[in-house]
Amino acid sequence: MRLWRCAVFVAALLPFLWWAGQVAMGQAGPEPGQYLLLNFGQCALILLLLTLSLTPLMKLTRWKGFALIRRQLGLWTFSYGVLHLTSYLLFILGLEFSALGEDLQRRPYIIVGFAALLMLLALAVTSNRYSMKRLGKRWKFLHRLVYIALALVLLHFFWVVRADMTQWSGYALAGVILMLLRIPVISRALGRVRPRKGSSSRV
Amino acid sequence: MLIKTRKPHHIGENEVTSESVYHARRHFMAGVAGLGMAAALPRGAWAASQYDDVEQGSRPEWFASRIENTKWKAVTAGEDDKLTPFNDATHYNNFFEFGTGKDDPYKHAGGMTTEPWTIEIDGEVARPGTLDVNQLLGEQQLEERIYRLRCVEAWSMVIPWMGVPLSALLKRVEPTSDAKFVRFQTLMRPEEMPGQRSRFGLIDWPYQEGLRMDEAMHPLTLLSVGMYGRVLPNQNGAPVRLVVPWKYGFKSIKSIVRISLVREQPPTAWPTINANEYGFYSNVNPDVDHPRWSQARERRLPNSLFSTNMIDTQMFNGYGDEVASLYKGMDLRKYF
Repeated sequence: MRLWRCAVFVAALLPFLWWAGQVAMGQAGPEPGQYLLLNFGQCALILLLLTLSLTPLMKLTRWKGFALIRRQLGLWTFSYGVLHLTSYLLFILGLEFSALGEDLQRRPYIIVGFAALLMLLALAVTSNRYSMKRLGKRWKFLHRLVYIALALVLLHFFWVVRADMTQWSGYALAGVILMLLRIPVISRALGRVRPRKGSSSRV
Repeated sequence: MLIKTRKPHHIGENEVTSESVYHARRHFMAGVAGLGMAAALPRGAWAASQYDDVEQGSRPEWFASRIENTKWKAVTAGEDDKLTPFNDATHYNNFFEFGTGKDDPYKHAGGMTTEPWTIEIDGEVARPGTLDVNQLLGEQQLEERIYRLRCVEAWSMVIPWMGVPLSALLKRVEPTSDAKFVRFQTLMRPEEMPGQRSRFGLIDWPYQEGLRMDEAMHPLTLLSVGMYGRVLPNQNGAPVRLVVPWKYGFKSIKSIVRISLVREQPPTAWPTINANEYGFYSNVNPDVDHPRWSQARERRLPNSLFSTNMIDTQMFNGYGDEVASLYKGMDLRKYF
């Protein structure tokens, strides 16, 4: 299981290394900041969807391995989200914070993305055992914010699309399916696909 | 490296002096040509050599026969407008017929057939017809014009186009007095254009653009067939495209198959999708923001992680002296 976790860690780190390498080698085109911005953002969304697919996958397969990497993938999602925001601040705004204030006031997709990242931040800082103990029941409630974050991220992406909805539609469909799988009736049915006892319902 | 100096682009339009060795050489070459000794070193060869980092691509007859007689640097850009490297100008494009990624046109446009190619001229003209590129260019001498290109997405480049003024073509086909606008249409060929096959695409293909008659007749409006001393690469709109330097890039429609003179303002691609975000005129204007981002500044490409290369956007992309009079008395906030 330790190996599995390490493998996931390396797999999640690889995209960052690849894109950083492309930029370092001058293979990222004439606007490397934009290249990183888009890739980090998209990666964060994919990781968010993967994180949310772990619980249904575990129910379906009863393999505990999926549960073991849930926190890690959640933290990776947050990390790529932070990289995405950092790219925006550094490479697009050029650290002109007066422009950031203007963007936040006037450009809804930036507010929405920002709000989603703040939610992920709240989840990230409370993802440790200590917080789980301390927050008790409220922890689970708090971590349901992830669903709102997903909705906001999809909206953020939707508002950026200019010419073609294909990619967005794919992500939105995946998001909708993952949410449907959480409806109690469906969720229970998922657990019965392979009848065995001892399934715990999770977020 | 010394020979590759780009200094000529730093020289103003009217300031043809011999400040640099490079420039002096150009005068010398012109002198040689004037003496009837041009055959010793054809100017076409000179043209190719000034862009020696550029792949030459194919060279159809209509291009090869004109390059010798091209008027190089007929229009140059400002002092700070460094020419965008060919590699960047050809690997970072918006050509949504080939996909939405900036590198999609480069990856997918190679499959577009550009030979044979015809352009239909119709509508309010005395001499409609179907022309190939050779006929489209007619007797007109090719000119090289270095223009700033400002994308509506707030990035910009500086490109040495080659082409002829659109006005020359329009005059030849003799617009009637009812011709008030010019409508342009891009190739519609889904089997070669993956973006046109997309089920979730928002653009109503074929891509259409339009200009008011006086905009179309303006001497800066270029019908372009080449760049960097060669034919247009497919991803840049081969074999023939429009270049309107004082408007956002999407007005400069690519791979044109039809030019129609019409009575009414034609529907165009982007305002049709979202009239709040894109207007028919789409003149570069730092004071009118796109609803989703500011247009006050632009990122001059290529940039790097260490510098966004952000510069102030100029009204009419810096061509105000030439074109502002076209819009006298118009509220450019309303007609954005």
